[in-house]
Amino acid sequence: MSSKPIATSRSAAGLPTARLVTWWVIASEIFIFGGLLASYVMHRLGHPEWAAQAAHTHTWAGALNTFVLLTSSLFAVLAHKAADSGDGARAARFLRLTALGGTTFLCIKAFEWTHEIEAGFVLSSGGFWSFYYTAAGLHGLHVLAGVIIMLFFAADAARNEELQRVECIGIYWHFVDIIWIFLFPLLYIAR
Amino acid sequence: MSAEAHHAEPGFFRKYLFSTDHKMIAMQYLFTGMIMAVIGGYLAYVFRMQLAYPSQQVPGYGVVSPNEYNSLVTMHGTIMIFWVAMPVLLAAFGNFLIPLMIGCDDMAFPRINRLSYQVFFLSAVVLLASFLVQGGAFGGAWTSYPPLSAKGAYNLTPVGASMWLVAVALEFVAFLLGGINFVVTTMNGRAPGMKMYDIPIVVWMIVLATIMFMFSVGPLIAGAVMLLFDQLLGTGFYDPGRGGDPLLWQHLFWFFGHPEVYVVLLPALGIVAEVVAVFARKKLFGYKTILHTAWAVWVLSFVVWAHHQFVAGIDPRMANVFSITTLLISIPLAEMVFVYIATLYGGSIRLATPMLWALAFMAEFLIGGVTGIFLGASGTDIYFHDTYFVVAHFHYTFVPIAIIAVFAGLTYWYPKMFGRMLNETLGKIHFWGSIITFNVIFIPLFITGTAGDQRRIYSYAQFAEQARPALQHLRVVSTLALLVFIAFQLIFVFNFLWSLRHGQRAEANPWMANTLEWTVPSPPPHGNFADMPTVYRGPYEYATPGRREDFWPQNVPN
Ligand SMILES: [Cu+2]
Repeated sequence: MSSKPIATSRSAAGLPTARLVTWWVIASEIFIFGGLLASYVMHRLGHPEWAAQAAHTHTWAGALNTFVLLTSSLFAVLAHKAADSGDGARAARFLRLTALGGTTFLCIKAFEWTHEIEAGFVLSSGGFWSFYYTAAGLHGLHVLAGVIIMLFFAADAARNEELQRVECIGIYWHFVDIIWIFLFPLLYIAR
Repeated sequence: MSAEAHHAEPGFFRKYLFSTDHKMIAMQYLFTGMIMAVIGGYLAYVFRMQLAYPSQQVPGYGVVSPNEYNSLVTMHGTIMIFWVAMPVLLAAFGNFLIPLMIGCDDMAFPRINRLSYQVFFLSAVVLLASFLVQGGAFGGAWTSYPPLSAKGAYNLTPVGASMWLVAVALEFVAFLLGGINFVVTTMNGRAPGMKMYDIPIVVWMIVLATIMFMFSVGPLIAGAVMLLFDQLLGTGFYDPGRGGDPLLWQHLFWFFGHPEVYVVLLPALGIVAEVVAVFARKKLFGYKTILHTAWAVWVLSFVVWAHHQFVAGIDPRMANVFSITTLLISIPLAEMVFVYIATLYGGSIRLATPMLWALAFMAEFLIGGVTGIFLGASGTDIYFHDTYFVVAHFHYTFVPIAIIAVFAGLTYWYPKMFGRMLNETLGKIHFWGSIITFNVIFIPLFITGTAGDQRRIYSYAQFAEQARPALQHLRVVSTLALLVFIAFQLIFVFNFLWSLRHGQRAEANPWMANTLEWTVPSPPPHGNFADMPTVYRGPYEYATPGRREDFWPQNVPN
């Protein structure tokens, strides 16, 4: 089906369909992460001794990653601004910078995990590490998915096509960012 | 604009496997659901035969082993809820009705819709394949509590347990994908003039159910990943010996599991509302009241989940709170049924087959609701927990939802779906045969449950305190009634298939209904509406004083 149905272009509620979809995806993700983090917090409260395990995490690497993600979110905002003014090439450039930020995040993450695994802390090393790898891993998958989708959207945007998607991937990227803002103190700093 | 001008007639594979048309996707969900219902029914037949005639040859199966028995009851529950009730009530009716009823040509995102069915199909394949793996299909009950579900040494179906989790997770993803369309299309795709309170109740209900599903299922998806890691990667999320907590799963499961009942109940209530208004030839009493009570149910259903855990070791003060919220939720539901009865009052009721099913829904669901009070109150639940009383109770809610309301909807919209009328005589025989035998199956189980029969028991004779030979005849009655019930379903299957070719041709609006799907030919063409409609009024203007006809379609200016 090449032509889009009428349904796709209607806007009876006054909101663009693309934005509605983005919010739907984010809302369902919030509940997935919410369930995981609530489970973690309940366990953490019941197990003060996990703090000794949490002390083995590399807080400086987590802090650096927070900085990297926040910077990439700034690029996402600039990409949205460029798309709004109709400048697809500029939007694509900023999207690729955002994707570069995501990739940097994943590299730092890989470096961290390598050290931790070499030190003998793996997924099955106990309650804290199970939550640590599951939560950060799930978040990392979202970063990876975001980077891949962003590169596709950047290719479209460079040809001045589907510019409304730049905003959507931006909203998603901020969401990934915010999840990390929760994960970082909960996994690295909390004692 | 004319939709046909754009679309050439697609080839077989495009049409049946890779269609993006909402009506075709609805049919895919419907027929997949019906096939799964046959499988789920067959499993029930096998384990009921084992209960009535322990360790004897079951015709069409053989002798049931204890492990197989566990797989049979687990898969029966899993299939009937996740692969029958969900796809039929939510996906089949939702996909078929939403674009037609709001005056649109398709869903907002047809390719996401197609992906939703494909993921769902894959989930069904994974689930059914688990019957064939070593150890057989999962046997740790449809609630999959750890540690039973987490350790293969306990449930004896290590491969089946993980496949079960993967299949359920895929099924959730399919419905999250499909849900995007239900919500976005209803919000944005409505015909000009259709305001919030002009939307047919069934569409409202499907949308509310979809949002409810999305909010409740997230934590369980996280929980399922954790359980899968416990099974396969050696974590101990649910293992108290390693700092985990088995109760955590129960919280995550029932935080979803209880709202899930309402996820399928709300569409069923919506179907009944449509049928009742049309066949009582009367304006639906209290349109807004129905919506407000539905919202009340929606909110309350998120704070009742722990009534499943009264005996699991939760804080007794928590038990009081959850008893109260559980009893509260029966108020809006009772109110809704009263509103339907008020719609009947003074109407000129036509007792066609769809109406019989709708009336039966109210009567039977009432029994399900009333018996639920005993289980929602923590004091009585401690006695009734895990007995056949619970089994009988939830079948008195789920059968009205997934069987009775579905038959109301199927018999009502069959002419629109397939362009032919069903046979009324066969329909009525099927109705009475099913309703009577349904009660004969489950009333004995209230009695055996009250007497103390525990559920998930392979053979009562093997437990001295569970044997109760005096109850065996009730167990047999229940099984025999199931056999008759299944036999009556053959009449429906025959009627369904025979009418496809030989039924009387259906005109556009055989029931003289108001909603937009009845303004297009039966079955609707690709693109639905030759001219996109405009809406002038609400969907339930029947017997309006001063009008010659007793109905007033939504798209007629005056
Ligand atoms: Cu419940």
